Amino acid sequence: MLTIGLSHYLSVSAILFVLGVIGIFMNRKNVVIILMSIELMLLSVNVNMVAFSTFLHDLVGQVFSLFILTVAAAEAAIGLAILVVFFRNRGSIAVEDINQMKG
Amino acid sequence: MIIQGLAFYLFSVIAVFSAVMVITARNPVHSVLWLILTFFNAAGLFVLMGAEFLGMLLVVVYVGAVAVLFLFVVMMLDINTLNLREGMAEYMPVGVAIGVVLFAEIAAITGGWVLAPEIEAARAQPLADPGAVSNIQALGNIIYTDYIYLFQASGLVLLVAMIGSIMLTHRTRPGVHKQNIAAQLDRGRTVELKKVSTRGGI
Repeated sequence: MLTIGLSHYLSVSAILFVLGVIGIFMNRKNVVIILMSIELMLLSVNVNMVAFSTFLHDLVGQVFSLFILTVAAAEAAIGLAILVVFFRNRGSIAVEDINQMKG
Repeated sequence: MIIQGLAFYLFSVIAVFSAVMVITARNPVHSVLWLILTFFNAAGLFVLMGAEFLGMLLVVVYVGAVAVLFLFVVMMLDINTLNLREGMAEYMPVGVAIGVVLFAEIAAITGGWVLAPEIEAARAQPLADPGAVSNIQALGNIIYTDYIYLFQASGLVLLVAMIGSIMLTHRTRPGVHKQNIAAQLDRGRTVELKKVSTRGGI
């Protein structure tokens, strides 16, 4: 029970990922929380990468975790910038108001 | 070993609990604070796995930059927090159902799965002895040599993100007076030299 193996870390990562997915579906009025859920999912992917890197004794997983971290930071910056511009135009951040590009 | 196990359960339970609070908190500011707690505990898990550099990077980049960015945006947007949660009860069942299905699928895949025995021989960058080389040193040794192109490309990604977010949020407001130095210098000769005759005036 107290000997921690690869499957323990993979379980935590799976739970975090599923919580991120549930967060995307639940918060229809607030895009900020959807972006935070995406951050949670990326975090769980990072945990996955580092867990495999540790238990397979291979450093490449940590290198790619670093790159995921970079992409996550860039994604958060761009997403929040789009959100600010959208709020300036519409005065709302609800998902159902994002329909201007509908044909 | 016991301390390691207890630390794992402590970090992971707090991380999962605060992740639940991120998606269910009533106030977006509280959500950001719970997200910071999740990141801290994930960093603890990273340190527990021997990836100290990534753990510290998680604290610096996620807590120090991304979460603060979220906090700024949440406080900058004038959101009515009362009706933010209106549709939550409506979408909760489908969200939880999809989550349960997804988790069951992940469990079904990983339940009957074992590591291939020859995987140990297929390592690209074997982990060095932690006593001899520190984690950050080992990472630096391969990031700046074998993965230099990917490292540069990730720098480019960050540059594009920076330029993109500045381009998106930058705007020219009407009615703001700004100094136009070129126009000032280009006004031409506005000061004249006059010969004033004595007792005559101009």
